[in-house]
Amino acid sequence: MQEYVIAALVASAIAFFVVFGLVPPLIKNLTKKNWAVKDVNRVGGAMVPRPGGPAILAGIIAAEISLYFFLPQDRLIMRGITALLITTSLAFVIGFVDDRRVMGGWFKPLSLAGAAIPIIALGAYEPNLSFPLFGEVKIPALYIGLIIFMIPIMGNTINSIDVMNGIASGFMTITSFSLAIVLFILQNYSVAIMMLPIAFASLAFYRYHKFPAKIFPGDSGALTLGAAYGVIAIVGQVEVIAAIALLPAIINSFLFLSSVKKIVEHRQIKGPTTHTDDHKITTTKEPGAPVTLVRLIVAAKPLTEKEIGFAIFRLAIFSGVLAIITAFISGVVIWPIS
Amino acid sequence: MAHLLIFTFIGIMWILILAGGGILVTMVSQISISGYGEHMDFFIASIIKAAIALVLVGFWIIILSKLKNKIFQKQIKA
Repeated sequence: MQEYVIAALVASAIAFFVVFGLVPPLIKNLTKKNWAVKDVNRVGGAMVPRPGGPAILAGIIAAEISLYFFLPQDRLIMRGITALLITTSLAFVIGFVDDRRVMGGWFKPLSLAGAAIPIIALGAYEPNLSFPLFGEVKIPALYIGLIIFMIPIMGNTINSIDVMNGIASGFMTITSFSLAIVLFILQNYSVAIMMLPIAFASLAFYRYHKFPAKIFPGDSGALTLGAAYGVIAIVGQVEVIAAIALLPAIINSFLFLSSVKKIVEHRQIKGPTTHTDDHKITTTKEPGAPVTLVRLIVAAKPLTEKEIGFAIFRLAIFSGVLAIITAFISGVVIWPIS
Repeated sequence: MAHLLIFTFIGIMWILILAGGGILVTMVSQISISGYGEHMDFFIASIIKAAIALVLVGFWIIILSKLKNKIFQKQIKA
C-alpha cells in the first residue's frame, strides 16, 4: 500500500506543479507571438492567449512517466501508461492543428479515431464491458469498435463544453476526481493513480482559466484531457461509469447534435446565446441556433459567465455523485450470468 | 426551475444507462447460434448481438429526444 501512496503523491505533485509553473511563461510566449483570440463574453472583448494545451500535455506526460517507476510492475498497467502517453499526445497534435487552422467538422472525430489505435495495438484493454448491477459481457470483436468510437466521443465531448472561462478545466477537475474515487472504490488502485495527474493538471490549469481567463486551453487542451479520460476509462474497465460522470457534457453534445442534426465544427454555427445590456448571458432569439446546456441554463433568466460556470460545476458534482453511487452498487450483481 | 429540470434529465439518463446495460447483459449477451461450425456460429452471433445493440442505442436516443422535448419544451421554444 505504501508504494501506491508514494506513487499517488509524486504523480499528483508533478502534474500540478508542471502545469502551474509552465502556464505563466506559456502565456508570455503566446502573447509575444500574438496567438490570442477574442473573449466574446468579456466586456470590451479582451484578447486571451491560446492554446494552453502544451502545458496540460507536459504536466500529464511528466506525471505519467513517473508512474513507470513508482507503480508496481504490472504488464497491463505499463501498457496502459504507454497507451495513455501515445494516445494523449496524438490527441494534442490533432487539437493543435485545429487550433492553428480551423478544420472541417469531420477532421477531429476521424483523426481521434486514429489516435485510439495505440490502445488496440498495445493490447492495453480487457475486451469485457462492465454493466453495474448486471455484470460484464465479453465482446472481443465489438470492443475494438468501442475503443475506436470512445476516444473521439470523449475528446469532442470535453471540447464541446469548453465554451466559457474555466468551464472545461473546472468540469474536468470534478469529473476526473470523481472517476479516481470510483476506481479507488473498485480497488483498481493503479489506474486510479493514473487518473490523478489528469485531475491535478486540470486543477492547476483552472487557476489560470477561471473567470477572468488569462489563457484558453484551446482544442489541444480540451482534446488532450478528453482523450486521456477516455484511455483511463478503457484501461480501468469503467467505460459505463466514466460516461455517467461525464453526463452534463454528454447532454451538451446530445442537445447540440439533436438540434443541428449534423457533425459540424462549433465555430461554424450560430451562437446559442447572446448578451443583455448589463452584459449578462441570455438565450438567443436567432432561429436555427442550436440548443446547448448553457442555453438551457440561461433560459429562465440571464446569468453572468461566473454563475453559468458554477451551475455547470453543480451538475458535474451531481453526476460525479451518481458515478460514485454506481461504483458502490457495482459490487451488487442482481442478475448473475454464468 | 430550469436547473432542476437539467438535474432531472441527468437522473433519467442515469437510469436509462443502467436499464440499457441490464437488457444487454440479461438478453442480448445470452444469444448463441449453432449449426454453422464453431467460428461461423461465433461470428453470426456477434453480428446479431451488434445489430441488436445498435438498434437499442437507436431506441435510447429516440427516448432521450422525446424526453428532452417534453422536459425542456418551454426552454427550447424560448
